[in-house]
Amino acid sequence: MSTTALTQFSIPLLMGNSLNAWSEALVGFNLLGLPLGLVILAAIPLVFIALYSLTYGVYGERKISAFMQDRLGPMEVGKWGLLQTIADILKLIQKEDILPTSADRFLFVIGPGILFVGSFMAYAVLPFSPAFIGASLNVGLYYAIGIVAIEVVGILAAGWGSNNKWSLYGAVRSVAQIVSYEIPASLALLCGAMMAGTLDMQQINLLQSGSYGFAHFYLFHSPIAWLPFLIYFIASLAEVNRAPFDIPEAESELVAGYFTEYSGMKFAVIFLAEYGSMFMVSSIISVVFLGGWNSPLPNLGSFALNTWTNGPVWGAFWLIMKGFFFIFVQMWLRWTLPRLRVDQLMYLCWKVLTPFAFVSFVLTAIWEIYVP
Amino acid sequence: MQELDTVGQGSVRVTRKSDKLVIVEKDLATEQMVLAMGPQHPSTHGVLKLECLTDGEVITEAVPCLGYLHRCFEKCCENVDYPAIVPYTDRLDYLSAMNSEFAYAMAVEKLLDIEIPRRVEFIRVLVSELNRIASHLVAIGTYGIDLGAFTPFLFCFRDREIILGLLEWASGARMLYNYIWIGGLAYDVPADFLQRVREFVNYFRPKTLELNNLLTSNEIFLKRTHGIGIMPPEVAINYGWSGPMLRGSGVKWDLRRNDPYSIYPELDFKVAVPDGKNSVIGDCLSRHLVRAIEMEESLKIIEQCIDKMPSSEGFNSRSAIPKRIRPKAGEVYSRAENPRGELGFYIESDGKSTKPVRCKARSSCFVNLSAMKDLSKGQLIPDLVAIIGSIDIVLGEVDR
Repeated sequence: MSTTALTQFSIPLLMGNSLNAWSEALVGFNLLGLPLGLVILAAIPLVFIALYSLTYGVYGERKISAFMQDRLGPMEVGKWGLLQTIADILKLIQKEDILPTSADRFLFVIGPGILFVGSFMAYAVLPFSPAFIGASLNVGLYYAIGIVAIEVVGILAAGWGSNNKWSLYGAVRSVAQIVSYEIPASLALLCGAMMAGTLDMQQINLLQSGSYGFAHFYLFHSPIAWLPFLIYFIASLAEVNRAPFDIPEAESELVAGYFTEYSGMKFAVIFLAEYGSMFMVSSIISVVFLGGWNSPLPNLGSFALNTWTNGPVWGAFWLIMKGFFFIFVQMWLRWTLPRLRVDQLMYLCWKVLTPFAFVSFVLTAIWEIYVP
Repeated sequence: MQELDTVGQGSVRVTRKSDKLVIVEKDLATEQMVLAMGPQHPSTHGVLKLECLTDGEVITEAVPCLGYLHRCFEKCCENVDYPAIVPYTDRLDYLSAMNSEFAYAMAVEKLLDIEIPRRVEFIRVLVSELNRIASHLVAIGTYGIDLGAFTPFLFCFRDREIILGLLEWASGARMLYNYIWIGGLAYDVPADFLQRVREFVNYFRPKTLELNNLLTSNEIFLKRTHGIGIMPPEVAINYGWSGPMLRGSGVKWDLRRNDPYSIYPELDFKVAVPDGKNSVIGDCLSRHLVRAIEMEESLKIIEQCIDKMPSSEGFNSRSAIPKRIRPKAGEVYSRAENPRGELGFYIESDGKSTKPVRCKARSSCFVNLSAMKDLSKGQLIPDLVAIIGSIDIVLGEVDR
């Protein structure tokens, strides 16, 4: 029985031409009557988050910031400090799991969990490659926007449960910030959805493919498409609490914001969730505006670059590279800019980004209706 | 029940409930909260504690609680000989130890009434201006961190490291030098020292531009500092402010000019005051700008010192140091312009002992910090951080 299941699984893996071939094969993969394929399907994004956070997220950020600041970064553990993050993780695992006596036990423990779940569940609709998506929902984009918002509950639980005034400040700031910035972010993504005419992530990607490569991307679809792109990028920085909008964890003001009291693995989980959401918003922006898994290279006569660089494996490469590029921009901004004040942050959201998001929404609608 | 501390109308009490300490905040309105900012807090620049009465993010009142770094400086001074006090003065303002030593040495020399060799004066001014740049680099860098910009801090520390290297070369220590002694110097500067300092000046000039591009002209930085924590000049004078803080409020007061000492009258430099074009006079941005301009003025002074420095031929840095320091009975107050303001030493001698009867330090940080209560009223927590950063305190000097 298991051999037949394996052949069932391996044939589309090798071919992988039709949409979602890999993930559908995984869903159908049962071992001894157990839906093992579904578990693997869910584990792939988890492994991806863990690997990318370790390598690019932590080590990469430290090296990039070191490069910007005229220093070397981690150099001691392993060649060029490559094993530094492994050592850090080992340290975090060994650390005592401190639970403050005056903390609300239940909320304190469950906070990082909710935070990570919110960030991780969004990966279900992330089209890693034309052949792989966790769940091909027809409301994928809507689901992604909605599920990321669950993080707010986790932050509030962590901040309130810590029973620390700084944590409380961080949590309240964070909730105000994320809830506010959802509005321009969602409006900007709606512009993308309008251009595609669908909320299905795979369909949005598919509609942006073509032999001219990047010219088919929605960023170049209409003359005002750069506006929602920019608005979503700025709002996404605020949604994942990155500088210059990192006021919920403003180190110099609120010590560490909502995770002041956390240590050991709970702290690591919060960090993992943060890096998870960083990649999530970066990949959403690349799916909606930059063609997701489509190759940006155009076909030039007999040099069919676009055809050569498209396919299931290439697709995963392009999506991850586009995501990494936006994470690099996030890091770049973080190590360059100071932090905004709370009221300036709200001003930017309600008086700048939201009106412009509405304007771009209306203009995109007009463009979609009147321009064929 | 034991009452610990009182802030505004509210009071924090600690009660003991079956082996557990319970903190009770009494007499507070529902929306009020007592927030203890420090002594362990990233942006209080040491072990300063601010008890803030907050209403949401708005601070109704903030009271500085001092003394966490109190080391009985003045009592120690009464128990050691005059030369042995010099290392203690290093530990007052540890970011500008040369300037503190300079101020103390001048006070005792005034008491002894001795003549100092000219080359010693030049070296003293040279090293203390180098130290002033190092100190302002820390002030500007940490101010960036307070506002969330991390990179300027490391740029500043990279350049400060060169100054520390130079001073280490001259004195043997990185931060706490014990270099300026009463009546002279511990050593003459090394052979190539002046050449290296000139190289540093040439290296550092473009770097100040880079720093200003990264931090001072940053839109978010301006938004965070422009018009925040305004101190009118009259109030600043009444509080006894000095140094860049007072000049930030538009008062042209620099002891190097207004009460000249050492060789400063011979040197050409401007007293930095904000012109009110880029900033509101007296706000955080003005103080930051004053420090930025002062660094360039210090570079000018250093260049002049190198040019005018008398030759080292037949020079002994310890020639004027008295064998035994036992001043005549009397008292003296001597002050100097430190990077953070006026550092004054009041020394009293009974004429019999080799130890001072009384040695009081008038520290600039302590006086500047006293205005905290006025400055913080009605500000947001992020603005409070910006204000503390602009005051540029060193707790070693506040608590002594």
